[in-house]
Amino acid sequence: MKYSIFSLARNALSYHRDWPRAWRSPEPKKAYDVVIVGGGGHGLATAYYLAKLHGVRNVAVLEKGWIGGGNTGRNTTIIRSNYLWDESAHLYEKSLKLYESLSQELNYNIMLSQRGVLNLAHNLHDLRELSRRVNAIRLNGIDSEVLTPEQIKARVPILNTSPDSRYPVLGASLQKRGGVARHDAVAWGFARGADRYGVDIIQNCEVTGFRLKKGAVEGVETSRGYIGAKKVGVVVAGHASVLAAMAGFRLPIESHPLQALVSEPIKPIHHSVVMSSAVHVYVSQSDKGDLVIGAGIDAYNSYAQGGSFPVVEHQMGALIELFPIFSRLRMLRQWGGIVDVCPDASPIIGKTPVKGIYFNCGWGTGGFKATPGSGWVFAHTIAHDEPHELNAPFTLERFTSGELIDEHGAAAVAH
Amino acid sequence: MSDQQFRLADGGRIDRERPLRFTFNGRELSGYEGDTVASALLANGLHLVSRSFKYHRPRGVLSDGSEEPNALVQLGVGAYTQPNIRATQAELYQGLIAESQNCWPSVDLDVGAVNDFLSPIFPAGFYYKTFMWPKSFWIRYEYFIRKMAGLGKAPASADPDYYDKMHVHCDVLVLGAGPAGLAAALAAGRTGARVMLADEQMEPGGYLLGRKVAINDRPAMEWVDNSIEELKSMADVRVLTRTTALAYFDHNYLTLLERVTDHLGPDANGDRPRQRLWKVRAKQVVLATGSHERPLVFRNNDRPGVMLASAAQAYLNRFAVRPGREAVVFTNNDSAYQAASDLVKGGVQCTIVDVRPEPPDELRAAARKQNIDVLSGHGVISAAGTKRVTGVDVSSLNATASGYHDAPRHLKCDLVLMSGGWNPAVHLYSQSRGKLEFDASRACFVPGESVQAERSAGACNGTFDLAFCLSEGREAGKAAAASAGFRSKSSSSSPKVESSPETPIRAVWRMPPKDPGGRYNKHFVDFQHDVTAADVDLAYREGYRSVEHLKRYTTMGMGTDQGKTSNVNALAILAEISNADIPTVGTTTFRPPYTPATFGALAGRDVGELADPVRMTPMHQWHLAHGAKFEDVGQWKRPWYYPKAGESMEEALSRECKATRNAIGILDASTLGKIDIQGPDVAEFLNRIYTNGWSKLAVGRCRYGLMCTEDGMVFDDGVTSRLAENHFLMTTTSGNAARVLAWLEEWLQTEWPELRVYCNSVTEHWATAGIAGPLARKLLSELTSDIDLDSKAFPFMSWREGTVAGIPARVMRISFTGELSFEINVQSSYGLALWTSLMSAGAKYGITPFGTETMHILRAEKGFIIAGQETDGTVTPVDLGLEGMVSKHKDFLGKRSLSRPDTLREDRKQLVGLLTEDPRQVLPEGGQIVAELKSKPPMKMIGHVTSSYFSANLDRSIALALVKGGRSRHGETVHVPLENKVVSARIGPPHFYDVEGERMHG
Repeated sequence: MKYSIFSLARNALSYHRDWPRAWRSPEPKKAYDVVIVGGGGHGLATAYYLAKLHGVRNVAVLEKGWIGGGNTGRNTTIIRSNYLWDESAHLYEKSLKLYESLSQELNYNIMLSQRGVLNLAHNLHDLRELSRRVNAIRLNGIDSEVLTPEQIKARVPILNTSPDSRYPVLGASLQKRGGVARHDAVAWGFARGADRYGVDIIQNCEVTGFRLKKGAVEGVETSRGYIGAKKVGVVVAGHASVLAAMAGFRLPIESHPLQALVSEPIKPIHHSVVMSSAVHVYVSQSDKGDLVIGAGIDAYNSYAQGGSFPVVEHQMGALIELFPIFSRLRMLRQWGGIVDVCPDASPIIGKTPVKGIYFNCGWGTGGFKATPGSGWVFAHTIAHDEPHELNAPFTLERFTSGELIDEHGAAAVAH
Repeated sequence: MSDQQFRLADGGRIDRERPLRFTFNGRELSGYEGDTVASALLANGLHLVSRSFKYHRPRGVLSDGSEEPNALVQLGVGAYTQPNIRATQAELYQGLIAESQNCWPSVDLDVGAVNDFLSPIFPAGFYYKTFMWPKSFWIRYEYFIRKMAGLGKAPASADPDYYDKMHVHCDVLVLGAGPAGLAAALAAGRTGARVMLADEQMEPGGYLLGRKVAINDRPAMEWVDNSIEELKSMADVRVLTRTTALAYFDHNYLTLLERVTDHLGPDANGDRPRQRLWKVRAKQVVLATGSHERPLVFRNNDRPGVMLASAAQAYLNRFAVRPGREAVVFTNNDSAYQAASDLVKGGVQCTIVDVRPEPPDELRAAARKQNIDVLSGHGVISAAGTKRVTGVDVSSLNATASGYHDAPRHLKCDLVLMSGGWNPAVHLYSQSRGKLEFDASRACFVPGESVQAERSAGACNGTFDLAFCLSEGREAGKAAAASAGFRSKSSSSSPKVESSPETPIRAVWRMPPKDPGGRYNKHFVDFQHDVTAADVDLAYREGYRSVEHLKRYTTMGMGTDQGKTSNVNALAILAEISNADIPTVGTTTFRPPYTPATFGALAGRDVGELADPVRMTPMHQWHLAHGAKFEDVGQWKRPWYYPKAGESMEEALSRECKATRNAIGILDASTLGKIDIQGPDVAEFLNRIYTNGWSKLAVGRCRYGLMCTEDGMVFDDGVTSRLAENHFLMTTTSGNAARVLAWLEEWLQTEWPELRVYCNSVTEHWATAGIAGPLARKLLSELTSDIDLDSKAFPFMSWREGTVAGIPARVMRISFTGELSFEINVQSSYGLALWTSLMSAGAKYGITPFGTETMHILRAEKGFIIAGQETDGTVTPVDLGLEGMVSKHKDFLGKRSLSRPDTLREDRKQLVGLLTEDPRQVLPEGGQIVAELKSKPPMKMIGHVTSSYFSANLDRSIALALVKGGRSRHGETVHVPLENKVVSARIGPPHFYDVEGERMHG
């Protein structure tokens, strides 16, 4: 059933009792052409594009819990493509472009809200890096501009732009097309879209091992039995290393907790997305009215989805310094996710030492904004057994060759 | 309407000697000390307090505590205002001002209530299905959606209050000062253990505050008072009221938030902090956090005047407020009978509607004695009234509670009390990573096995009977103390109370609609977010079947109460719909904090100037007095340049640069990181850390080094001096000092523990004044007699010890400006004295202080790099043209990576110089370089400008850049496209001045 104001009104007459399931809940088949491990946004997007663009429809998405329950449902929902290096810029821009028509594409309102993303510069070094980044982004054909403190104040009046601030705001980059989206809706919309093409979405189905023969994959062992697969795409943020170990190889990934929190809902007061990597805070206000606040990663390695309190304390000090009027507001909820971080803070999307197994991982703190683009290139990679030119640079081999895409170094983002 | 006409003539724990005036929605009202805003409003007969989030339905007070979803108010005005404050917790103070939220123009007449009429097309998740056409319109729809959303308003100015933090350790932390918590604290305290007892309410007692029960044949509160007195007499016991446990982390680490002066109002806090965050590391924890009564789910169960039975009982007994005149008490368990009994005694007429066909005989008999009608086997179908309940329709339920036997009967009332059973407050247990179990007879989740050093006692453990609460609390307290190493000295028994047998509840999770097949769209489950039983059904039908999906799709439990009154009802309804049992459906994750926590309190004192330490050199005051402009470098304030009156930045820089090249300049270099490294293996250690060799560095000599990360990329640089055979002093860049020390320690501690090397940060032990320029030697010679400054005796890249201006000093002959230069290091406390001596002795030579900007220009003229400016984590020493510094004879960090295919590429980005075609034109730093210009982007970038200045000494602009294959491109012209112009420049070598280095070697 197509979603629209008309179908809502029509269904209101029947008291909304006739809405069909957004996606089915089938029993797993014996075998599939492609099994996607991980029912987050990336995995569901991969299945959707496999079915829609590559005609591969005998596909299952296996999710150990409930779809969208990992980092898809735990991030701060920021979307942007203002990346320094060409490789990253092209990949994230592809994703942003897909986002821009995703609600219509999926017939599911993912509430993309392009309210603009500001990255603040607090010292001369920040300013220099910001200018470098803005110039690079613009020359890559992506929107980006530098704002003066006065322009920043006009756009974000509640931001402390006093020169006496501990973190004086000397400038900012603005990507107007950046913004936020409803994270759960991205997963659900892709699930519904993939389901319509016949993809089986199987929840509560944990992959416990791979069955290999002569260096090639034959299928996966799961908590619901063995499932055969000609190809397996693994996209399991937070546990990529664990799955790689099951397949018999290692990834250059460290897993860290990343925390986020929201305030109680308040009337609209903050209309842009403001990020400050120097003080490790980013904040936007959701449509519901919560301030959605993120910080830098916890330094230690962990698989526990919860972080340490000092990170939150530190983050609050910086938040209040930047937004003094937030001091009396209250934290409603805090939570953590696990991010898989590569040495160069860029993802790995491609083939692996095992024939037929493909990995898409290592998105660090930046996965949500990449969701449709990641699925799009990963679907291509699986369907053609070759990466698309957009993800060709994001190989596992780059850690051997040294051809890194180092977004750590000059990062104007809180990695 | 007379003042407080619903206040009983006597009784309650309010202080009638202290009447208080307050304002609600502009109306002057009165109450007493000891009231909450909610009890004071109810005393004045005001039930309509707020509007709900989505449908803007009128809402009243549901509860008497922290679980309140409805009665949220905007408290206080101006800078002190706070949104979303629960009226049920906010204590009344003189002059308090509260307003209803989320309504316009008023709570009585709210335009937003149109949403309630439109609710048929606004079911759960409706927004996912619409607002998609036309594509560009979402941002406009969203504008209105945002306006409708949100609850209260943020203050418009900075917070005038401050917040404190306390760090404590204790043997036993008891959370909750109800009967179980008090019994636990007493038992633990009597062993001599260090005990902390915290409770969120304004006074201890927990649920006893709102009940009329006896302990030891006396009113229970006497026992509470005696217990507190005894606890306070113990040496190592701390009792905190108005203190909520927020979160339970690993290793028995908990955070508690004490509201120190909130209850006094903004004018009376007497310079005390507003709130205090307690960070507690407890050996043992006893959770005695009580329980929350569950609402029942029937049509229009959200009308003002519909509240929890226990809340009505508390308003009556604790606050001496009669919450209505005629009540219908709707229950599925025993506990509401006592509430009805109390209310009748307080002058409220009561009818009990019990879904159980056969409530216990004793309860029925007792009710009969008080002339309370008991309609057993009945259910409330719906409530009537809009801004206040006016009656209910009831009927007898069929055996499966799926419909009714009879036509509905209307009962007139102005109060409906719900008792749907009790939810143990298992939040903290769950946060401690414990797994919940389902207790079917009480229909509630209870703690399972402990994961941390923790015990649950009393109602939070599913133990609701007072006698058992007391004994369980006592046992938990004793056991906790024993586990912490404290044995009970005396044996005391539990106080005496009457125990009453408990009969099982009959859980009817949603009352069937009047007609078979009827709708559940006004059966509210989550009051704050307007989630109905129909929404749960819709979510299930559409496939959002995991309880987490249910939560996210319907927003159930995502309100400011985090679903304390709604979660279990919602998941039970989901279980019913899906024919699953409740434990299979499970709960959503209990996320901290237990109740919302003030951001300011989490930040504590780490705001404003203390948000991050500001580091200043010993000469800082001199720089300030001489008009320096400062630059932030890491935490340091560094002089950027020193403009004279009326001088522009360009003029100041030109003056500083020329003075240094032609006479003498002076720089405060104290901020450079300094790491003292000692031990027999230091030279070997440095060999591994730096790319160049260190074994042969003689005592008395200095050497410049580059360090790389494992991937072969330059990470930091600096000069290291050999002070003695086994003693080195390393300098680092100012902003990177801590990272470098951590890097050294990481390698020493994790990879090379066999090396006998000890590192120590001495950055702040030393102050450094650098003098540079052709007259530097002359000036220094006037201030030292014990250092031979002759170029042969004291060559470039060496250091000497002696006195300068009478101050013991280490003088290093090193140079970042390319001039003859000495860096004079003295103990920090002498820094200013050294500086002023140099300034006065140098006056005759025109000594000129210069800041970081001039330093950057001068070093760029020489082509010296700045780590972090010419490098960004992707640049190797070879890329910088420093292959001479990469030893081929030893191993070092990053060496292997330098021979990877990518690092061996000829066309890597390499450091070059750029000279603009127009010598007046200064390239912007961060400008991207293209070889081929196009009319518009995209364009292929081949590098970027890393440093760029106007050089007064060369009378032209200069720039450094990283350019793809740059070293083989000397002579080529490239372009830097900017927003509105293009600057062209020619590539050349990355040095512009005194290429041979005669000046600094001279």
